[in-house]
Amino acid sequence: MTHPASVQSTGETPPGTGTTTPQRARRGWLLLVPGMLWLALFFLFPTVQLFFTSLYDPAGSYISGYQMTWEFRNYLDAVVDTWNLFARSFAYAGIATALCLILGYPLAYAIAFKAGRWKNVMLVLVIAPFFTSFLLRTLSWAAILSDQGPVTQFLQTIAILPDDGRLLATPVAVIAGLTYNFLPFMTLPLYASLDKVDYRLIEAAGDLYSSPVTGFRNVTFPLSLPGVVSGTLLTFIPASGDYINAELLGTPKQYMIGNRIQAAFITEKDYPLAASLSIILMAIVLVMVIFYVRRAGTEKLV
Amino acid sequence: MSQGGRDLRLEGVTKRFGDFVAVDDLTLSVPQGSFFALLGPSGCGKTTTLRIIAGLEDPTQGQVFIGEEDITGLRPYKRPVNTVFQSYALFPHLSIAENVAFGLRRRGIKDFKSRTRDMLGLVQLEPYADRRPAQLSGGQQQRVALARALVNEPGVLLLDEPLGALDLKLRRQMQIELKRIQTEIDVTFVHVTHDQEEAMTMADTIAVMNNGVIEQMGHPEELYENPETTFVANFLGQSNLIVTEVLSSSPERVSVDCHGQQLEIDSARSHTDSGRGWLGVRPEKITATARGAEGRNGANLLSGGRVSDVSFVGVSTQYLVAMPWGQELMVFEQNTGQRAQLRNGDEVDLAWAPEHAFLLDARQDAHAGVMTPEDLE
Amino acid sequence: MATTLTRGASGAATSGGTARQAPPRKPRLGRWMADRAVLFIGILVLVYTFVPIGYIIALSFNQPSGRSATAAFEAFTWGNWSTICDPDGLCESIRLSFAVSITATILATVLGTLMAFALVRHSFRGRAASNLVIFLPMATPEVVMGASLLAMFVSLGFDSVLGFITIVLAHVLFCLSFVVVTVKARLVGMDSRLEQAAMDLYANEWQTFRRVTLPLAMPGIVAAALLAFSLSFDDFIVTNFTAGQSVTFPLYVYGSKLKGFPPQLFVVGSLMFLVSFAIVIGGELWRRRRP
Repeated sequence: MTHPASVQSTGETPPGTGTTTPQRARRGWLLLVPGMLWLALFFLFPTVQLFFTSLYDPAGSYISGYQMTWEFRNYLDAVVDTWNLFARSFAYAGIATALCLILGYPLAYAIAFKAGRWKNVMLVLVIAPFFTSFLLRTLSWAAILSDQGPVTQFLQTIAILPDDGRLLATPVAVIAGLTYNFLPFMTLPLYASLDKVDYRLIEAAGDLYSSPVTGFRNVTFPLSLPGVVSGTLLTFIPASGDYINAELLGTPKQYMIGNRIQAAFITEKDYPLAASLSIILMAIVLVMVIFYVRRAGTEKLV
Repeated sequence: MSQGGRDLRLEGVTKRFGDFVAVDDLTLSVPQGSFFALLGPSGCGKTTTLRIIAGLEDPTQGQVFIGEEDITGLRPYKRPVNTVFQSYALFPHLSIAENVAFGLRRRGIKDFKSRTRDMLGLVQLEPYADRRPAQLSGGQQQRVALARALVNEPGVLLLDEPLGALDLKLRRQMQIELKRIQTEIDVTFVHVTHDQEEAMTMADTIAVMNNGVIEQMGHPEELYENPETTFVANFLGQSNLIVTEVLSSSPERVSVDCHGQQLEIDSARSHTDSGRGWLGVRPEKITATARGAEGRNGANLLSGGRVSDVSFVGVSTQYLVAMPWGQELMVFEQNTGQRAQLRNGDEVDLAWAPEHAFLLDARQDAHAGVMTPEDLE
Repeated sequence: MATTLTRGASGAATSGGTARQAPPRKPRLGRWMADRAVLFIGILVLVYTFVPIGYIIALSFNQPSGRSATAAFEAFTWGNWSTICDPDGLCESIRLSFAVSITATILATVLGTLMAFALVRHSFRGRAASNLVIFLPMATPEVVMGASLLAMFVSLGFDSVLGFITIVLAHVLFCLSFVVVTVKARLVGMDSRLEQAAMDLYANEWQTFRRVTLPLAMPGIVAAALLAFSLSFDDFIVTNFTAGQSVTFPLYVYGSKLKGFPPQLFVVGSLMFLVSFAIVIGGELWRRRRP
C-alpha cells in the first residue's frame, strides 16, 4: 500500500461496535446486569464464602456450628492427607485429555474436510450418544468392561490380559470412562476451529513442497490451535474434578480428589476440610489454565 | 453553489477516529438529480463521507443538509436517503420480495405489495421474488440491493462501491444500466468508488478524494484534461510528469525550460507561475516521430528520445521513450494503420499541442496517486 | 472487505493440486486409502462412541432374573418399555428433571443472550473484567461449584428448602457461561452492515432488532438453549450438592446403585437418545427443506 492512510482500514468502525455514546454504554450495562448479578450471587459470593469456610475451626461440626479461627492449618492438613489424590486426579485427567485429543482430532478433521455433504450428519452423530444420561453411559461401560464382559474376555483370549486380569476396577477403566465421557468437549471446539481453516491453505502447503505430515505440522495444526486450547481445557477441567467415573468404574484405590471432596461434604459433613480441598483444586486448575493459555498464546478463549 | 430544492450539501464536515482524520473539513454541494462520484483510493475517506450522509456515522464537526433541512443529527431511519451497500447487505433470512418490501413496510405503506412487484419488474427480477439472496447470482443480488433502496423513492441514493463484487463484463453492463435508471427517475446519486473508469463513465461530477480532502472536483473531462494536482493527474488515467523551470508567463501562455528545450503551456492549464513545475502530458496526446522527420509549427517538441520498449495492445501501441536526462516517457499511439510502427532503439522526437499539456507545482510528489498493483485489489 | 469465500467452493477443490505434482506417484490404491484414512479413523471413533448406546438399548429389552439389570443379557422382553413408571419414583424424577431443565434453560438463555449482546454490541468500561467473570465458572470443576453453593445454602440456613429452587439456581449458573459463549460466537460472526441496512430502510432500533438482529441471531440462541438443556438435564455433580431430598433423573440413577438398577432405567436412556436424535434429525431436514 502506498498511501499512508490506507493502513487505517478505510476508517470503518469494527463490526458491531457502532457509535459508542455514553447512552449505548449504559444500555450495555443494563443488558449485562441481570446475568452478572446471578454470577455474583451464586458464583463469586459462594466462592468467597467457601474460602472462609476453609478457614473454620475443624473442631466444630455440622450440628454444633463452626468457629472462625483462620485455621490456615486446614490447608496443610488437607495437602498432607490428600496430595496423592490430587496427583492421581491430574494424572488421570491429563491422560484422558491426551486420549481425547488423539481420538477427537481425526474425527474433527474428518468432519471439517473429508465428510463432504455428510458433514452435518456426522456432527449430529458426534453429539448423539451424549443425549443419553452420563450416568447410564458410564454404567454401560462398567458392564462392557466387567470381568464377564466382551472386552475383558477378548483381551484374555488373545492373551494381552492374563486370565485373572481385569479391566473394571483398574485405572484403565477410569481413564477410559473419562476419555469417553468428555470426548465431545474436545471434538466440537476442534471442529469449530478446523472448519474455519481455509482448505486452500492446506493445498498451498502441498503446492509448496510440504509432505502431508509437514503440511499438517506447519499449517493445519497451528491454525487449529485455538480449538486445541479450548478443547483441552473443556476436557481437562471437568475431568480433573469428576468423581463419577472413579466411583462407577474404579474402586477406592482409583478415587480422585472429587470423590474426597464429595465424601467430605455429603457424607462426613466436614465442611472446613471439604472447603479447603475445593479451594486448592480450584486454585491449581486456575493456575494451570492461566499458564497454559499464556503458553499457547491464545489470550482470547472460545 | 446552487441552492436548488433538494440539493445535498455538506458543510465543514470532519470525522476523526482517534488521531486519524478520515474526513477533513469537507464542504461540497450536489445538485438535485445529478450523478455524483466520490473517487479515491481506499482509506481516502470517501466511504466515511458516504456513511455520514447516510447517518451511519456521526461527523465530529460539520453539517449535512438536504435542501434547507439540516439532517446532521437525524437517525438513519429518519433520513430521506437510502444506500446500496458494498457487497449488498441483503437480509439472508428474507426472500427477495421481503427484502425489497422491507423499507416500505417499516414506513407503513399500504400498497407495498404492488410497489414491490413493480420495482422487481423494473430490475427484471420478478421470477425470483420468493427466492433467498443466497440463491441469486452476484449481478442479480446487485439489482436486488438497488431495488431495495430505490423502491423507497429516496431523495438521495448512496452507492458504496456497488459494482465492486461483479466481474468486468457485468460491471460494464451495470454501469450503463445504473446511468439509465438514474436519468429516468431523476434521483441524486452519490456513488463511492475507487475505479476511475467507473466514475468517469457514469458521473456528471467527480470529486477526487485523498487523505480526507477533495483534491479536485468537476466534470470528468475537465478533471482528466486539466488536473490541478499530481494526485489527480496520476489517479485519473496516466500522466508523464517532467520537471521544468518556468521562464516567463503571459495571460495566454507560460514558457518553461525543460532540460534545455523550450516548451509552451496554456495559461489556463498552468497551476504554478514561477520556479520549478511539473509539466504534465497524457501519453495519448504525444506523437512520436522519427528524429527530424517533420517540422511542427506551433507544437511543443521534445527531441533526443530513444524508443526503449514497445507493447502492442491491439487498439493502440504503447511506447516507452528514454529521454537524455534518464526519464522514460509513455506514448500511446492509436493503431490507425496510417503510420509505420516504431521499433526498439529508434531515435524519436516527441510532439504535442500546447493546449494538451498542463503545469503543476513541483513541490508535489510526482508519484502521488500512482496506482500500484495492491491498489487495484 | 471482500470476504466472500464460501466453504463449499474451497471444499470442492480438494483434489485440485494433484495434477501438477511430480511423476513418481504413489500407487493408486495407496493414495485412495491415504485420502480416506482420516475419514475412516473418524468413523471408527464415531462407532466407538455409540458402543455404550447399543448396550443401553440392548439392556432395555433385558429381563433380569433378579430385581436389578445386571451386566449380562438374560432374556428378551418388551415388558420394560410398557412399565417405565413401575420402579418407585422413576417417573417423578424424570418429571422433576424436565421441570428443572426447562426452567433453567429459559432463565439461562434469556440472561445469557442479553449478556452476549451487551458484550458484543456495546463497548463500555469493565468489559474485559466481565468476560473474565463469565469465563471463571467454566474453569471451575463442578464439584467445587456444587460444594460452594451447598456451603452457602447451609450457612444461610437454606438447608431445609434445598430442592427445585436451589437446583435451578445452580443449573442456571453453570449453563449461563456456555450460553454467553455460544450466542457471542454467533453475534461476532454477524455482518453489522445488515443492521445498518435495516436502519437505512426506515427500521428504528426496535424494528431493526426484531426484524433483522433477532432472526439472524436465532440459530445461535437455539443452539445455546439446546446446550443448556442438555447440560442441565444430564447434570449430576452440582445437582447432588444442591438437591437436598429432591431426586432428579441422574440422582435416581445414582441412587439405584445401592438398590440395584431397574431395567426401565435403560428404557429411559434409550428414549432420551432416540427422541433427541429424532428432534435433531428432524430439525436438520426442516432446515434443508427451506434454504
